Amino acid sequence: MGAAKPVYVGVDVGSSRTKLAVMDDRRNLLGFAVRKSGTDFYATAERCLETGLQMAGVPADAIRYCVSTGYGRKNVAFSQDTRTEISCHAKGCYYYFPMAVSIIDIGGQDNKIIKIDDNGNRISFKMNRKCAAGTGAFLEEMSARLDIPLEDMDGLARRSTEMVKLGSFCTVFSGTEVLENIRSGKKVTDIVKGLFFSVIKRVMEMDSLTEKVVMTGGVVANNPYIVEMAAEIIGHEILVPEYPQLTGAIGAALYAMDIRAKLADTQSTEA
Amino acid sequence: MAEEKKSWRKPIKATKEMGRIMAEYFYELHDADQTRKQKIAWCTSVGPAEILRAMGFLVHFPENHGAMLGASRMATDLIPVANAQGYSPDICSYLTADIGSYLKGETPLAKAYKGIDSVPKPDVLVYNTNQCRDVQDWFAWYAEEFKVPLLGIHTHRNIVDVTEVYIPSIAKQMEELIPPLEEISGKKFDMDELKHVVALSRKCSDLWQEVLFTAANVPSPITFFDGTIHMGPAVVLRGTQAAVDYYELLLAELKERIQNGVAAVEGERFRLYWEGMPVWGRLSSHAKLFAGLKTNVLASTYCNSWIFADFDPEDPFMSMAKAYTELFIVRSDHAKEKYIEEMLDFFKVDGIIYHDAKTCPYNTNCRYGMPQRLEKKTGIPSLIINGDLNDLRMISDEQTKTNVEAFIEQLEERK
Ligand code: SF4
Repeated sequence: MGAAKPVYVGVDVGSSRTKLAVMDDRRNLLGFAVRKSGTDFYATAERCLETGLQMAGVPADAIRYCVSTGYGRKNVAFSQDTRTEISCHAKGCYYYFPMAVSIIDIGGQDNKIIKIDDNGNRISFKMNRKCAAGTGAFLEEMSARLDIPLEDMDGLARRSTEMVKLGSFCTVFSGTEVLENIRSGKKVTDIVKGLFFSVIKRVMEMDSLTEKVVMTGGVVANNPYIVEMAAEIIGHEILVPEYPQLTGAIGAALYAMDIRAKLADTQSTEA
Repeated sequence: MAEEKKSWRKPIKATKEMGRIMAEYFYELHDADQTRKQKIAWCTSVGPAEILRAMGFLVHFPENHGAMLGASRMATDLIPVANAQGYSPDICSYLTADIGSYLKGETPLAKAYKGIDSVPKPDVLVYNTNQCRDVQDWFAWYAEEFKVPLLGIHTHRNIVDVTEVYIPSIAKQMEELIPPLEEISGKKFDMDELKHVVALSRKCSDLWQEVLFTAANVPSPITFFDGTIHMGPAVVLRGTQAAVDYYELLLAELKERIQNGVAAVEGERFRLYWEGMPVWGRLSSHAKLFAGLKTNVLASTYCNSWIFADFDPEDPFMSMAKAYTELFIVRSDHAKEKYIEEMLDFFKVDGIIYHDAKTCPYNTNCRYGMPQRLEKKTGIPSLIINGDLNDLRMISDEQTKTNVEAFIEQLEERK
């Protein structure tokens, strides 16, 4: 006991993927894991923990504190506290980019626009409304309809020469629009780029953006072309963290560090 | 989150007495419905109930029934019945739930009050469009169904300042209700009786205001969720002595709490303002959610809407016209913002929750940039939650919870 260097764990149980980050007390990312959340959140989180610790090269008893976040934040047996994904994304982003930014997070089931100030404090946030339009779920549904693997979408969109414009607000209507475009002989590459464009548009209409913009989330991690397209629309560069999908988990690990430090403080003043 | 699970809310003792007078009210209506000894009028919740009472009618409020359908969570199954009759899921879900309830012959009254199996049938329907257009369509449906007269007051809307331009025309419309009401009731209009009823309504309104304004204390002795329950008498019994007596009782209890430093939400850390309607089917889960975060949602535009400070028994028609037009819901965004700003200051509020109710644009004030304007002006942060007053199909509990928790985390960061 005590030999292994202390680590802090953040776990982000999203509706589609579970992400985990292991950090040391100097805020270095030592290990991480990403898995499909599936139906047993507890088990998935445990397996992520094994992978993360293995990568970090530390035993389980090196963990000083763990915070969980995301849709399934209450379904993690080994976490001692929770924070919402909004707070964790803000914190994780500020870790990479310590400045005032607007964060666009495109997740599996929801989107967020979070604004933080120069000190990393949250000014405001918006989470998407009830519909899947503009989320990862929308792209998954469309990949099934078009019968193309999800991982091929980025490459296809990049090859588009004449993007198809999809005007509709809702996933079901967009599906119909896509079918119409197929019937009228439009190229798959152009349709896929149109789908990316519609995702970006749905997100952008949620809130205004400040000068510096960061994009995070699984959709961004798997489809970097979306970031290029969004940058073109807003007219300037968009920042992307090294692991866009891990932002929430990293934020949770940083919260774990803060909370542990606060607890130690109170214990020492009480003693 | 061990802390969050220990929610603690203080129950109000007077609730029992409220239950008694509300039961009395419903049984009196039921009795009149059975015996037809006394005439029954249906009225909108901020309509000219005083005139109806003064002319001897017992008054049923369909919106109150709508809220009961919501709170009992019967609404979500009944709304589709009205949808199938051509009343869209996008319009007022009080209307659709209430018409659905009638068509299916199901009412929450039957569960709450033994022996009552339906709402009382009307002899006349009287609406005021001060709140919205939906009430007119809603009452028109019943007028057709029961073949009874439909009377209405058509109020100007989105008013900036309530001036002479508006009031006399509304007062005139109120006076014009008298001859047809005399005919239906078979009774002559008595000005003294109207003055008496208006005086009682004014007393009720003043006391209700005092009750709500106790929330300005730190910690607050009352929550918005308590308010939505205890506003029952102000809605259905204003103009009666019973309502006045009840609010005296409630006020005394709240004053005692203040004296003893008793908080409605133990350990009150944050004080929020609720803008918009309650989600009736989630009242207790929302109350628990906020209490668990040691946050008191303590004031609202909604509960304040039954404060009618302009009622003047010496000038009943003009003062009713003014009071029913001064209302928040009737006013322009400019007037509304000024009002909310005052309330934020008065109640010492840390944040605002806007409820974007899918089916009630009239009580939803976050669709035309108001949160952004108010936040810029006051620096008080806000959160919009999507939902509905009655239709639980429009709600994602998980999203609401995450949004609220994230909002409280944001407030924590600022402290
Ligand atoms: S104000 Fe809203 S909830 Fe009330 S009756 Fe009109 S539409 Fe329905």
